[in-house]
Amino acid sequence: MAVDSLAGNAAVVAGGEMVTLEVFRYRPEEETEPVYQAYEVPVHKDWVVLDALNHIKDHLDGTLSFRWSCRMGVCGSCGMMVNGDATLTCATFVESLLPGPIRVGPLENFPVVRDLIIEMNDFMEKLESVKPWIIRDEEKSLEDGAYLQTPAQLADFKQFSMCINCLLCYAACPVYGLEPSFTGPAVIALAQRYNLDSRDQGAGERNAILNTDEGIWQCTLVGECSVVCPKDVDPAAAIQRYKVSSTLQWYQKLLMPWSGK
Amino acid sequence: MKTTIEPFWWSLFGAGGTLAALFIPITLIINGLAIPLGWLDAPAYENVLQLARHPLARTYLFLLISLSFYHWAHRFRFTLYDGLQLKHLNLLIAVICYGGATVGTIAAGYTLINL
Ligand code: SF4
Ligand code: FES
Repeated sequence: MAVDSLAGNAAVVAGGEMVTLEVFRYRPEEETEPVYQAYEVPVHKDWVVLDALNHIKDHLDGTLSFRWSCRMGVCGSCGMMVNGDATLTCATFVESLLPGPIRVGPLENFPVVRDLIIEMNDFMEKLESVKPWIIRDEEKSLEDGAYLQTPAQLADFKQFSMCINCLLCYAACPVYGLEPSFTGPAVIALAQRYNLDSRDQGAGERNAILNTDEGIWQCTLVGECSVVCPKDVDPAAAIQRYKVSSTLQWYQKLLMPWSGK
Repeated sequence: MKTTIEPFWWSLFGAGGTLAALFIPITLIINGLAIPLGWLDAPAYENVLQLARHPLARTYLFLLISLSFYHWAHRFRFTLYDGLQLKHLNLLIAVICYGGATVGTIAAGYTLINL
């Protein structure tokens, strides 16, 4: 891939240190093959990679496209590959990557719409397929009050509810890269978030999607999902736990076929 | 619901991994280090044979050998499948891996019974 450089930076801090960002560019109306474009960006002590990208957008090249919103690791929209690692660009300091160059690309394993923006429909469809909401056999009426839960019951699933759908785990998962049909880490963790919720009764419905060759059984416990996850969701553990309970169920069904389910 | 046989293979894989991780190092240290280096006196052949013939020892050895084979089979199957990108040969790979482990299991059982 070609690297063309862009000179002329109006906002340079005098005498300040500069760093080169090599940014993945793909503008479907202009080029058939993506290229990396180099930009010189000033180094500020408190800048994260997202600040550097915003500096490019505001001062050097307004055509660069990328997603972001909260700037504080909550919205999950700024995930990119930085020097090959899937990371939230709002949580990765430029200073930790000096002297550069810093290579920024779109999340791996997803189709690219434009520049650093990926297409995430595959994830959204998979997420919807596991019904990530509380399912009841019978809803209580409003008069009967709320579904109560103890702190211990909350603790059972809380970790899995911290997911911000940033998709870093999908970008880091080699199995998803090889088998796009794999349900994938975050979706399984989010399904477990509801399966393990004392108020939920939908585990059986989700099982039909998850306890399959494309679901948990596609996972070979590489563990990269849990390494890159910025929220310590530990999707690998969610999948392992699911494998254990599905295996127990499998033997139960084998030994006691009359036991239902 | 589409049923899957994976829980079965995975449970053998898990059991084999656990057993192997716990007991193979012990076996190796005793037989591969402690006895050859003289930290432990070498037991007489007859005694070891007698020990190995005990029903519990036979069961232990059988499970250790057989489940370790299945652990290998499952791991190796995915290594070929994902690592070498041979997914079109999925069935053949499964037959060779689990079949190999089954042959190893039968051989171990045969040897242990005739000990
Ligand atoms: S599990 Fe972690 S890495 Fe994956 S989408 Fe959720 S927050 Fe991001
Ligand atoms: S901008 Fe919201 S998580 Fe980074």
